[in-house]
Amino acid sequence: MTEAATPSDDSDIVLRLEGVTKVYSGTVAVKNADFVVRRGAVNVLVGENGAGKSTLVKMIAGVEGPTAGRILLDGEPVVFSDTADAMAHGIGMVFQELNLFGNLSVAENVFASREIVRHGRIDHAEQERQTEALMERLQTGVDPRAMVDDLMIGQQQLVEIAKAVARNARILIMDEPTSALSAPEVEILFRVIADLKAKGVAIVYISHRLEELMRIGDYITVLRDGRVTGAKRMAEVDLHWIVRQMIGSDAKDFSTPGDHTFGGEILRAEDVSLTRITGGYAVDHVSLSVRAGEIVGLYGLMGAGRSELLECVMGRHPTAKGRIFIAGRPVRERDVGGRIARGLALIPEDRQRDGLVSILSVAENLTMASLTKLAKGFHVPARAEAEQVKKEVRDLSIKVADPKLPVSSLSGGNQQKVVIGKALMTTPQVLLMDEPSRGIDIGAKADVFRIMRSLAAQGIGILFVTSDLDEVLALSDRIAVMSQGRLTALLDRSEATEAKIVAASSIGHGSAAARQHKELTA
Amino acid sequence: MSAAVDSRAASSARTSLTLNLLRLRTFIALFAVVIYFSFAAPNFLTAANIVLMSKHVAQNAFLAIGMTFVIVTGGIDLSVGSIVGLCAMVAGGLILHGVDLHNGYTLFFSIPEIMVIILVLGVLVGLINGLLITWLNVAPFIATLGSLYVARGAALLVSDGATFPNLEGSAALGTTGYAFLGAGTIFYLPASIWLLILVALAAAYLARWTPLGRHIFAVGGNERAAALSGIRVNRVKLFVYMFSGACAAIVGLIISSELLAAHPATGTTFELNAIAAAVLGGTSMSGGRGTIGGTIIGAFVIGILSDGLVMMGVSSFWQMVIKGVVIIAAVVVDQAQRKLQQRVALQQMAQLA
Repeated sequence: MTEAATPSDDSDIVLRLEGVTKVYSGTVAVKNADFVVRRGAVNVLVGENGAGKSTLVKMIAGVEGPTAGRILLDGEPVVFSDTADAMAHGIGMVFQELNLFGNLSVAENVFASREIVRHGRIDHAEQERQTEALMERLQTGVDPRAMVDDLMIGQQQLVEIAKAVARNARILIMDEPTSALSAPEVEILFRVIADLKAKGVAIVYISHRLEELMRIGDYITVLRDGRVTGAKRMAEVDLHWIVRQMIGSDAKDFSTPGDHTFGGEILRAEDVSLTRITGGYAVDHVSLSVRAGEIVGLYGLMGAGRSELLECVMGRHPTAKGRIFIAGRPVRERDVGGRIARGLALIPEDRQRDGLVSILSVAENLTMASLTKLAKGFHVPARAEAEQVKKEVRDLSIKVADPKLPVSSLSGGNQQKVVIGKALMTTPQVLLMDEPSRGIDIGAKADVFRIMRSLAAQGIGILFVTSDLDEVLALSDRIAVMSQGRLTALLDRSEATEAKIVAASSIGHGSAAARQHKELTA
Repeated sequence: MSAAVDSRAASSARTSLTLNLLRLRTFIALFAVVIYFSFAAPNFLTAANIVLMSKHVAQNAFLAIGMTFVIVTGGIDLSVGSIVGLCAMVAGGLILHGVDLHNGYTLFFSIPEIMVIILVLGVLVGLINGLLITWLNVAPFIATLGSLYVARGAALLVSDGATFPNLEGSAALGTTGYAFLGAGTIFYLPASIWLLILVALAAAYLARWTPLGRHIFAVGGNERAAALSGIRVNRVKLFVYMFSGACAAIVGLIISSELLAAHPATGTTFELNAIAAAVLGGTSMSGGRGTIGGTIIGAFVIGILSDGLVMMGVSSFWQMVIKGVVIIAAVVVDQAQRKLQQRVALQQMAQLA
């Protein structure tokens, strides 16, 4: 089962987990895992969602204690009572969700809970001086006096890292630090990581983006279903090896493309643009069309304007410009409700924030968007509603004991199916899906892909956003690529290659992206 | 092995029993206060007293129904008490003095017309609240705090702070019959109670069976998701504040009709009782959760508690303390129920997996 970690020089191991197991009420999140962290190196942890990565690092950072097994720090067994305890041992963690106080300054955040006090009051000048030095060291150019809320998300991420560095963390855990960063910000982060590495800090790095891991990782450990399925030097592995360890087989189950023919053009967006508040375009005059029964994949890096494009089409941004046509007829409705009525539906990227009302039941979530359609006059007939819900639960194979249960009790994949079901109940002609496979396990992913295929076969046009190259290549009938708000390529399935897509996605990104591109295509 | 399964089944049966008891807690509380006062307070269970108490409860219950929808959307309406006062005063003014048309004529309205005008007035104040909150993005607490003062000030301005007495009206002007709403009976029950039953049923139907009702819950549960599902969030919010204003107008009419007098301080701090009744009935202050039935029961618990304590001769100072403790206890129990419910849901999921 477990491939032994390459027995290299063991002297640089600072932290070692031995046979660690973590059981939550009923489920085993991590099973008998071994994991070593080496100083002066980026120790990558990778796995599908729910594979146990976050649980594993939470045990290192003292958020959770292991149910079984032991943690050795510098060869000595340790037990952390809480995060402060772990911090005292030199272990810092940058959480996936930022733990910053937006209403305080950068310096106040960096020194939160350990303020420099002189004569009974906080020495702000000294805090700011130290923070400034720290920011310079991290080459971020963030003003220590700036309010955190006023910073861009990438800068906030850097402040979070600075917080950990300021405490002289010897081991720094980063849980998906790049998920909210733009390409230039990722570059800054990588530079910071290289700098920390040079100073001997051990970095534990979690990410979903394999391209990224291949680039900065030194050692890699792969988790699957809570077990370690592989641990090697990064230099010894390739993408295929990682994928194989992650999902247990070479290829993901994208389900086979149907061989149905496409209908006429169902969605046309012309000259869609959206200006940023900070100036420039988030979506820069994009024109795109989708035929009935066609799946168009929209690839691009973070911040390329893909989600914004979908939101513009959906009518989320009142200031957006451009024309939308459904089946050739112009859409004049400006708001989301009107556009849903015209046959558009959106599966948002962030399920929790934009997709679900978590305190309502599965049934109530499913019918939320189509109540007016279900209603006879003012009345929503209970039987008709229950039947619709039952049908959707069956069609999408949503695993739920009773649709009256709160939707928050479902697993991520089933929640995603509820969001899809909600959109489908509005009987859309065009489905806009923003990262439909994000944050769900492999089985649910396959289900979602299968659902997309079958919807397309029923004549629905699908425009979906993804950051996953394999996904866009395997699922799409056509591939659109965006970079910096512009549509940079529109490729037919037959002519699309990984290299072309990556090249198009980095247009306008300068040397960094070009370098990334070269590494990928090499 | 089978013993383990048995014990698990037993424990899950115990949890579901506890859960049901917790769900019915407001009912149980209501039963408890009724039974307690039946023994402790003489005359408590007489028909006359029950009718009297119901009328007290009704005033609070109307406001609490409107408040429930507002709170379910994640908002709050502090202005209802002042709207009660303003509506009572305007109604009184219309009956006594009519509208001076400044050409030597004074326009008097019939009682049904006045009632419609007052309802429209209440809805209008609610509309202003709603517009402040949706268009101008003022936090509900602040917007309705502002209109609390404005409406109260307006109520005082109507009569320069004086009371409008003797609202019997005059037959010559066709303004008689105002007393019916507050004092009249239909089929042995006060007219105001019939009206409460009507409004409560309509509100409960709205909440459970209409798209608008479900949209109210969706907006309160997750505004962004609701908006992306095509729900017109602003319209929903406008509606709940307008509805709350209408409920307050009804109370203003009932009180001034019952007393046949309108006093500008009518309804002061009523908003707090309404919030208390809603919370006692299981409405979550963070939005998305609440029922009309629960709110009605909550209003009864609060009403019966204060009337019963008065009958027992408990000092009004102690009454306040007891009311406060009951409200806090209700919320604490509510939290316990949520936790248990979550655990049960997780267990069911685990069994499924």
